Amino acid sequence: MSAATPGTWTSDWESGSLDTDEMVLNMGPQHPATHGVLRLELRTDGEIVRAARPHIGYLHRCFEKHAENVDYPGVMPYADRMDYVAAMGNTLGFALTVEKLMGIELSPYVQTIRVLMAELQRIASHAVAVGTYTMDIGAFTPFLHLLRDREKVLDLFEWTCGARLLYNYNWVGGVSHDLPDGFVRAARDLLREFDSVTHPELLDLIIHNRIFVKRIANVGVCPPELAISHDLTGPNLRGSGLARDLRKDFPYSGYERYEFEVPVGKGQYGPVGSCFDRNWVRVAEMRESSKIVHQALDRLERMEKTDVHEKVPKRVKPPKGEIYFRSEAPRGQLGFYVVSDGGINPYRVKVKSPCFTAMSAFHHLAKGLMIADVIALIGSLDIVLGEIDR
Amino acid sequence: MDAGAIRDALALKFGERITSADLEAGSPFAVVRTDAIAEVAAFCKAEPALCFDNLMCLSGVDYPKQTPPRMEVVYHLFSYRHRHSFALKVQLPRENPAVPTVESVWGVANWHEREAWDLFGIVFTGHSDMRRILLPDDWEGHPLRKDWQDPEYYNGLHVKPTPQMVDRVLQGETIGVGPFDFTPENRHVEEP
Repeated sequence: MSAATPGTWTSDWESGSLDTDEMVLNMGPQHPATHGVLRLELRTDGEIVRAARPHIGYLHRCFEKHAENVDYPGVMPYADRMDYVAAMGNTLGFALTVEKLMGIELSPYVQTIRVLMAELQRIASHAVAVGTYTMDIGAFTPFLHLLRDREKVLDLFEWTCGARLLYNYNWVGGVSHDLPDGFVRAARDLLREFDSVTHPELLDLIIHNRIFVKRIANVGVCPPELAISHDLTGPNLRGSGLARDLRKDFPYSGYERYEFEVPVGKGQYGPVGSCFDRNWVRVAEMRESSKIVHQALDRLERMEKTDVHEKVPKRVKPPKGEIYFRSEAPRGQLGFYVVSDGGINPYRVKVKSPCFTAMSAFHHLAKGLMIADVIALIGSLDIVLGEIDR
Repeated sequence: MDAGAIRDALALKFGERITSADLEAGSPFAVVRTDAIAEVAAFCKAEPALCFDNLMCLSGVDYPKQTPPRMEVVYHLFSYRHRHSFALKVQLPRENPAVPTVESVWGVANWHEREAWDLFGIVFTGHSDMRRILLPDDWEGHPLRKDWQDPEYYNGLHVKPTPQMVDRVLQGETIGVGPFDFTPENRHVEEP
């Protein structure tokens, strides 16, 4: 062939004769954008991902085996360490499961404290999710802003129970510490700032930012059928347009007495179920959580204090039986399947982690994306590897 | 539908192949014969009155002390349309447990079944990708079985000090290079 003129060059390109070979690209396990130690094996054709295969297990501790070898209260610190960004949600799920198995009914005061803590944790967890997401796709500053706001929530937790990350706060039958004096006022200060400054700023600066919208509004679309078949839950499911939230559908800890809405992905800027919708749902949920915290604080002010250890059993020894119980953790439905043989150790604990099931749909979602969009997709699923690998 | 009605619907369709049911349990379940589970699962999803479109959880459980000793696979189902839930169980022998896969019914079963194979050694026949998922590919054994013993060696490295080795170290002996370097005794080290 003679030397390429601009005309022939264009026609060659359009006829697709400039194929590239497939290449296998390993992303991770030490990649900053895989949110931990996740390895992705990508079969790429140029920049396009033809197939993706996630390899997990680098953080595996066999939580379930540990749980069989300690007593029920001893499981709590291990459960904390599954989803270390939202530890309150994990222990709440396990505590509720065991309480259901034992038939313990908590006082409204303790239930309100639990709801309060769970929702504050949801705000903190979503702040990390959205903050790291912006960093994944190239904006560094919002990450610092959101971590600053998360710190304020962690300060409240530290004031209450002494720990900033792994709390061991929810016990079977109660919580470890009562709220300190002045907590309600401090929480109100935090929320006032969140409602009037942080959240509007977050919406203006990131979510409705033209660059952010254009970058992700058409990327990683998850249809609702795929979401249900692969058991995507929480913000990932609601991002696909299904208004399903366990706090509304099967309320626990008195959630039926709070007024809040379930934000759903509406596809303002593109197809429903895109990375944008999942992030928008998270940010909208932070606002709903703030509403719930307000109501919980109102209740606490009117309520008479009770001993938070009142219902904590001396020996946690559930009767023989088994139960599967789910709760709405910040990342989705966290399920515990607990089999008791009547002893002081659980016979079997199985965790259904929302991040694990979200990751199982990854190869469907990643097919046909550009490599840079794979990063955007992982971040929008909001996975925590500590929980996937357990 | 409540659990009793779901059990009845399954029993009507599958008769003998639903061997028993417990409706009083914390999460009610029916025990299904192993060879029928794929069919029952497909029916549970397709039947409009049941419509179990969501597999919430799939767990293996090991019961070596029951008579006869057995393993169980538990499928926790949920219906987004009707908002009811139910569980199916299959009971397997502890030697070479195998059960047909349900990954074509619920996509998420693919990973749950790989996990059950990894940690319990339950083979899911017909599964498209029966590899280990959480443990390394060269791991031997299945740790969530009740008779699991921690290995002493992993890839030729001593991973767990034996009581004898601990005694020798406490008596001041140096094993290998450092005091706690548990070099296997069967490894031949060339002296320079």
